[in-house]
Order: sequence, then structure tokens, then C-alpha cells
Amino acid sequence: MHNSQDVQVPFGPQHPALKEPESFLITLRGEKITASSVKIGYNHRGIEKACEERTYIQDLYLIERICGICSHSHATAFAQAVEEIAGLEIPKRALYIRSLIGELERVHSHLLWLGVAGHEIGFDTLLMYTWRDREVVMDILALLTGNRVNYGMNTIGGVRRDITPSQAKEVLKAVDILEERTKYYIKIATQETTIIERLSGVGVLSKKDAISLGAVGPTARASGVARDVRKDDPYAAYGELDFKVITSDKCDVYGRTVVRVLELMESYKMIRQILKDMPEGPLTVRAPRKIPAGEAASRYEAPRGEDFHYVRSNGTEKPDRVKVRAPTLANVQAVSKMLEDRYLADMPIVIAAIDPCFSCTDRSIVIKNSGTRNSKTIPWEVLHVQSIEWYKEHKGIDFSALNKKYAKSFKI
Amino acid sequence: MSAEESIKQELENKFPFFKDAVVIKRQRRIFADVPQERFFDVFNYLVRDMQFSHLCTITGMDEGETFGVIYHLSRDGVVVFSLRIHISHEAPKIKTVTGYFLEADAYERELEDLLGIKVEGLASGQRYPLPDNWPKDDHPLRKDWKLKSEVDHA
Repeated sequence: MHNSQDVQVPFGPQHPALKEPESFLITLRGEKITASSVKIGYNHRGIEKACEERTYIQDLYLIERICGICSHSHATAFAQAVEEIAGLEIPKRALYIRSLIGELERVHSHLLWLGVAGHEIGFDTLLMYTWRDREVVMDILALLTGNRVNYGMNTIGGVRRDITPSQAKEVLKAVDILEERTKYYIKIATQETTIIERLSGVGVLSKKDAISLGAVGPTARASGVARDVRKDDPYAAYGELDFKVITSDKCDVYGRTVVRVLELMESYKMIRQILKDMPEGPLTVRAPRKIPAGEAASRYEAPRGEDFHYVRSNGTEKPDRVKVRAPTLANVQAVSKMLEDRYLADMPIVIAAIDPCFSCTDRSIVIKNSGTRNSKTIPWEVLHVQSIEWYKEHKGIDFSALNKKYAKSFKI
Repeated sequence: MSAEESIKQELENKFPFFKDAVVIKRQRRIFADVPQERFFDVFNYLVRDMQFSHLCTITGMDEGETFGVIYHLSRDGVVVFSLRIHISHEAPKIKTVTGYFLEADAYERELEDLLGIKVEGLASGQRYPLPDNWPKDDHPLRKDWKLKSEVDHA
């Protein structure tokens, strides 16, 4: 495939077009991408290992911090696994509250995504609008949980806070406002020519590829794969809620946009139903400190797709193994396929369209020689030289000539 | 008969050695241990004949004497079948399943980096998730692995 016209361009791990540390090596022929490879892992924090050295309840808070957006998703998935091993029957009211926070989290995540997508295609008005509206749901989350993110709502055995009637009223008021705004976004997404033209046929992932590459969440659903853990493997209160699994057969970024805005409407419907049907009763059951030996696989439909947790216990107060597979790791494989034979200019929106979350994905860097003892400060110039050397050694890309030319302005 | 029971039955009929190995933990959750030499027989049957077409992830763990590797498969996103093998701790080696699932690439690189399990047949490529300058023989998810600073303080 390689010929002399091919140019290799490294993107990242720090790059203005990317919102998180990830690195792509793109091979270009003219404006077209002929090959691409992705490298992730820059946010690896050793969380799985850290979980083995902490108690279950400490782990719950650590796991909630895997991701700042789907924090409730991870915490719930973990709590479900531990509760299953311990054989706990969670009170219904707690299950309803878990679903309520879960759907509010989805609303905030999808609105955030819509803004980012607008930004990536130069439609910053959409970013400003959606992020303004997103504040409505952030305020509600803060009202219910005390926090805008990392809600701390879960505990092993139930939830920590109740929803009062006056809070429920505020939620309903907010949902009315958000629903009206979302109808406007649906109108934009389905009628605004610029959006339709810019996103249609971009980042194509066929249904067959979506299945064979293991895509999950809105990425899969926009390729016609009707998979949703809430429906397929119901947890929390989803077995009793009435909602549709939104799919699209467009198989492109446009389809992913439509799926997400329509999912917002389903979330509003569910939030109203939860508040109407939420049974009275206790919020928690008592959970033992030591969890009997066992194992459980737990799944959760996070805003980005299936979140998979596996927990193995050994009868002590600390787990033997905690495994987390966040949805982005399942979807990142599909990105190379979506970029194939596409224009370079489509790259940012194609990547954004899986709604990547690399903090989630790279959960697990353990910092050796941490603390002040062996730490050292690396000056900027040295880092600069190191990065140039690194690219030369690992990617075969030599910037030295260019650097020499600009040495004065770079001050190296 | 429930879907889980019919899966168990079908597997036991097909693979006599599987008798009593398939455990239905609860609705939609099945676990089974399989000897490493029979792994691909069962895995192939689950994926090709029983339509377990989604690999949720692969979990590796240090079990002391052995390493455990669990392949979490799901059918139509509904039933999750966790198929486990135990492999030697001295020379941990498995064969890749990327021929079945391309997305297994990242999961198998995690096994190589974090536990030091050699995955035969895995295409050459970049490591994941540890940094490029991380020592090749240092695997943090092994039970005897401690933070360097902890060792220093001990």
C-alpha cells in the first residue's frame, strides 16, 4: 500500500483537534486517509490494581472516579456486581433512584456530546446552546446528589440519598424545559441542511462491521444494531420502565447524532415515569463488610454503551480482582474502519462521533518512585528534545531538520 | 426449559467432558471452566454454532498457582457466558482469539502488559495500556507486584 506519495502524520497525544490524550498515526495520500492506527493508554492510572488493595466501599468511590461523565455508570455497575455476590436484595426505591440518576447522567452526557459535535464541525452556536441547556440538568444533579459530577449516590446495598417530593417537582420542571429544547435540537438535526450535509456519509460503519468489531451503545445503534443493556439485560428499575431502543440505519455520524437526540426524549419519558411510579420504602439493605467468596459479571448501559465490570471476591473485605471494560475500548476498534478512505478533515468529527472517553478506557499509570523522594523536574526544553527523539525512534519521523530551521523561535 | 438451561444442555450433549462444569449463576449469567486444550473446541462452538457473537471483554487474573483467563461472551446482548481457562503460572501462554473478534486485540494486549501472559498469534503492534518505556518484564496486576516506593519503605 505504501508508495512515495504517502505521508504519515502523527496526531497527539497532545493535539488541538483531540480533547483527550490519544495518539493516531495517519497515512495520507493527498487529502485521503489510507491507513490509521490508534494508541491509547495515556490515562492509565492503575485503578484495577488499586481496587485490590482497598475495601469494597473505598473501591466504590475510587471506581466512581474512573470517569467524570459516566461516574454513576461505573459506580452502579460495580455495586451491582458486589451485591450479586453478597446475595443482597436491593430495595425497589433504591433501584428507581439509581435509574433516575442514570438517566439524568445520560441527558447531561448526550447534551455535552451534541455540543462537542457542533464544535468539531464549526457549528459553535450549537455548542453554546447545548452547553447552556446542559446546565439545567447539572443543577438538578447537584440538587439531588450535592455534586455536579461524581454523585456519590450509590452504596453497597442501595443508595445514600432519598428524593423528596419538592426535589421531584424541580426535576419535572427541568425535564419540561429540557424536552422543549431537545425538540428544537431534533428539528435542527433533521432539517438543518448544513448539519445533514456535513454529517451524512461521514465515518461510515456498516451493520456487519459494527457487529464484527464489537461496537456498543449509540455507535452500534446508529448502525442498526438494536443492542441496549437496559432492554437486553435489565438492571436497576429498567425492567419496569417503558422505553424504546432508538436505532438508525444511516450507519454514519449523522445517524449517531439522530440516535443520541432521540435517546434524550426516551430519557425524559423514563424520568417522568420513575418519579410517578417510584415505590415508597427503605433506601438500603445492610451489606456485610466482608463479601463471601464468589464472582459476578455486571453490565450497565452507560451513555457511551455497554460498561462491563467483573468482580471476584475471596471472603475478605477487599476484592481479589476488579475488571472494568468501559464502552470506548469496545468502540475504539471501529474508529480505524470509520476513517478508512475518508478525508483528513473528517477525522475530528469521526473520532468525536463515538463520544470517546479515554479516561474511562485507560482506567487502570502507576507512578513508580512516587512521592517527593525520587521525583525530579524535567525542564520544558528537555521534554521537547525527548519528544523529538521519541518520534524519531518509534515512528521513524524525523523533525530535526524542521527544528533546526525554527530553532530560534522554539528557543531550543 | 429456560434459555440458560437449554444452553447448558446443548453444551453438555456436545461436549461430554463439560458435565457439571457449566454453572448457571443466575438469569442471563453462565460460567464454565474448560481445560486449556479443549478451549478452542468450546469457544468455536459457542461463537460459530450458538451465536455468541459479542465478546464483552477478556478478564485475566493472577490465581497464585495459575493464571485465570475469562472470555465473557454474549448472545444478542442478552445472556453472558463466561468461559474460563486456567494456565500455568511459570510459562503463561494462550492463543489469540482475534481471528474471531478483532476487538480482542486490546483485551489481549492488556493480558500481555498487566499480567505477562504471552498471547500467540497477536499481530505486532503497540503495547497497551502501559507506557512505551515501561519495563517489558514488569506486570503490575500480578499479585506479587508492589509499588516500588512500598518496597523501598519496607
